[in-house]
Amino acid sequence: MAHSEATLVASNSNLRHHFDDTAQQFESSTLGMWVFLVTEIMFFGGMFGAYTVYRQLYPDAFASTSRFMNVTIGAINTAVLICSSFTMVLAVRSAQLGKKKALILFLVATLILGCVFLGVKYTEYHEKWIDHHIPGPYFQYADSRYFHQAQILFFLYFAMTGMHAIHMIVGAGLLTTLIVMAARDRFSSAWYTPVEMIGLYWHFVDIVWIFLFPLLYLIGHTK
Amino acid sequence: MSTTLPFAQTETRVNYLNVEYGWKSWLFTTDHKRIALLYLFSITAFFFVGGAFAVGMRLNLLTPDGMFDHDTYNKLFTMHGVVMVFFFLVPSIPATLGNFLVPLMIGARDLAFPRINLLSWYLYIIGSIIALTAIVEGGVDTGWTFYAPFSSTYSNSNVIVSALGVFISGFSSILTGLNFIVTIHTMRAPGMTWNRLPLFVWGHYATSLIQVLGTPVIAITLVLLMLERLFHAGIFDPRVGGDPVLFQHLFWFYSHPAVYIMILPGMAVVSEIVCCFSRKGIFGYTFVAISSIAIAVLGFLVWGHHLFVAGQSLYASMMFSFLSFLVAIPSAIKVFNWTATIYRGSVTYETPMLYAFGFIGLFTMGGLTGLFLATMAVDVHVTDTYFVIAHFHYVMVGGMVMAYLGGIHFWFPKITGRMYPEGWARFAALVVFVGFNLTFFPQFLLGYQGMPRRYAHYPPEFQVLNVMSTAGASILALGYLLPMIYLTWSWRKGPLASQNPWNAKGLEWEQAATPPPTFNFDHQPVVTEPAYNYSGVEREVHLGS
Repeated sequence: MAHSEATLVASNSNLRHHFDDTAQQFESSTLGMWVFLVTEIMFFGGMFGAYTVYRQLYPDAFASTSRFMNVTIGAINTAVLICSSFTMVLAVRSAQLGKKKALILFLVATLILGCVFLGVKYTEYHEKWIDHHIPGPYFQYADSRYFHQAQILFFLYFAMTGMHAIHMIVGAGLLTTLIVMAARDRFSSAWYTPVEMIGLYWHFVDIVWIFLFPLLYLIGHTK
Repeated sequence: MSTTLPFAQTETRVNYLNVEYGWKSWLFTTDHKRIALLYLFSITAFFFVGGAFAVGMRLNLLTPDGMFDHDTYNKLFTMHGVVMVFFFLVPSIPATLGNFLVPLMIGARDLAFPRINLLSWYLYIIGSIIALTAIVEGGVDTGWTFYAPFSSTYSNSNVIVSALGVFISGFSSILTGLNFIVTIHTMRAPGMTWNRLPLFVWGHYATSLIQVLGTPVIAITLVLLMLERLFHAGIFDPRVGGDPVLFQHLFWFYSHPAVYIMILPGMAVVSEIVCCFSRKGIFGYTFVAISSIAIAVLGFLVWGHHLFVAGQSLYASMMFSFLSFLVAIPSAIKVFNWTATIYRGSVTYETPMLYAFGFIGLFTMGGLTGLFLATMAVDVHVTDTYFVIAHFHYVMVGGMVMAYLGGIHFWFPKITGRMYPEGWARFAALVVFVGFNLTFFPQFLLGYQGMPRRYAHYPPEFQVLNVMSTAGASILALGYLLPMIYLTWSWRKGPLASQNPWNAKGLEWEQAATPPPTFNFDHQPVVTEPAYNYSGVEREVHLGS
């Protein structure tokens, strides 16, 4: 084993010592990423579960809150995220083909779209702050019947979109790392595992938003 | 502490312990065996921290009026629970023995993600330091279950800091589970098919599934709890429409499966020990392997049996009761198959086997009393009494800690390259068994007679049984200190162990040196036989003899 290890390491610097070949290493990375995403689903699942329970308990109060959600801004942000997923796919494709310039271009585009999302999200949070929709001692709600119940909804709104935003910030950091690595010629068509793995993560974070947008913004508009 | 051990003087062979010295070689290691030892020392420290709180509780309960006030006692049992569950039991076998042995048993050089493995230890340490901070700052008094709205609104203790510590250490558990799942899927040696996997590996696979699926839910639950405590939006506060039972659902969705995180690895260890010291292949390999997975899957469907008196719908309770009974089936399969393995085996009574016997008996009692608690009418009678305390201590201490000690003794030669004094070890195993039963059996009686848990004071008629329990706890403490002493001594001065002192089957014994080198094997192992091929004879022939 020792001799084969030496030759393997010499032939491919990206193969870590405890793997037999790159196929095994890639399989491990992919499985590891998917298992990680499963843990993320369970993590957000707890909040979606709480949302389901309270929406079942207080459907009218929850519907009334969506009047205070800015659907236009939410829709724009949804479009921004879907576009960022598209540029991420193109980045992975460029990495597969070994096109360094295109890879960097699409990674930067994804990063910019992610930052646009976060910027828009910030203005939305600021709006909520002005309107006293932050749960806590200064919370106010126009419809006094629903004061407490709406506060629970806004609590869940901030918990869910806040967790999502934290994941976006982490994703932006990871994208920055990828851009630096790509600029330093770390990737080739033979090895681009990090691009693919972070791509999976980025798509996951987008999908969470795809669920959050209708559940938080659109529920009151059906009647 | 290990860096000063005198291996170089007595051994010339390069192994994972003597390949490098100095604190950097330990704190920046990516070797799964060294990380296992880092975990071993950390969780041993926490075992004694948690044990110290238990000593305080048992001293308090010597007399009906107690020696501590209620607030202090509340903090004692809370911190005993938090430390023992999250910082000892959950990482105990998986992070130490599992970390050390899973790659060795499947013929791999390391876990799939060695750096993530090290990260998991650091997360554990960060989480535990934060939890210790909470303890030093005055402790927490919510019970280890952190039930809302007491924890979110009324408690004046360090809830947020404690919850943060548990939250962070949870990610260490998730990463360990993730690493095991990927390793077991992708890194098995040639010939190591799923049907040849040692049952230790099957047990850890099932454990990892729970860690990966359950732990994120407790993480988000604790986040919601911390946010609620900060903002008081009322999400768990019934006065303003919040639902405290929702907290209990979310909490137990993790924490009941977590009970199986705290027993499946013990079962995994016992399967190895029983086969080795019966000189027989396991009876019904497939059933024992699949029963681990069945326990993991069913474990996610039974959390509601903690909520029988919490205002849960009766129909939900009936379903949860039924599903809880179902868990008895895979658990019983394991117990029956271990006894069938021992039956007509060439049984010898080395220390690990004594612990395995202890495990089988005590786990059976813990499991059967669990059925009492799954019965709704009986549960109403004994909810929140010492019956519950005795039940889960029979599983977690009588089961898991017994298996942990058995496993530590069984693989001690492999880990350290040394033997321990057999006489002392058998004596300690006996002391642990006697002390354990004297501590916790009286608690079944106390609970059945109606003594509630979590009270500092009790009516005088309960004193005799409480004094027995405290006496037992003293014996148990002695039983835990003894291995600390002689194992530490053996690590330095014990006689050198051969590669396979028990003549056990398995790649870690047959193909890896003692102690193993950094990359575990000198040659890529190839597996050509089923697990536990002790006789070399077909099992059917063996049974027919």
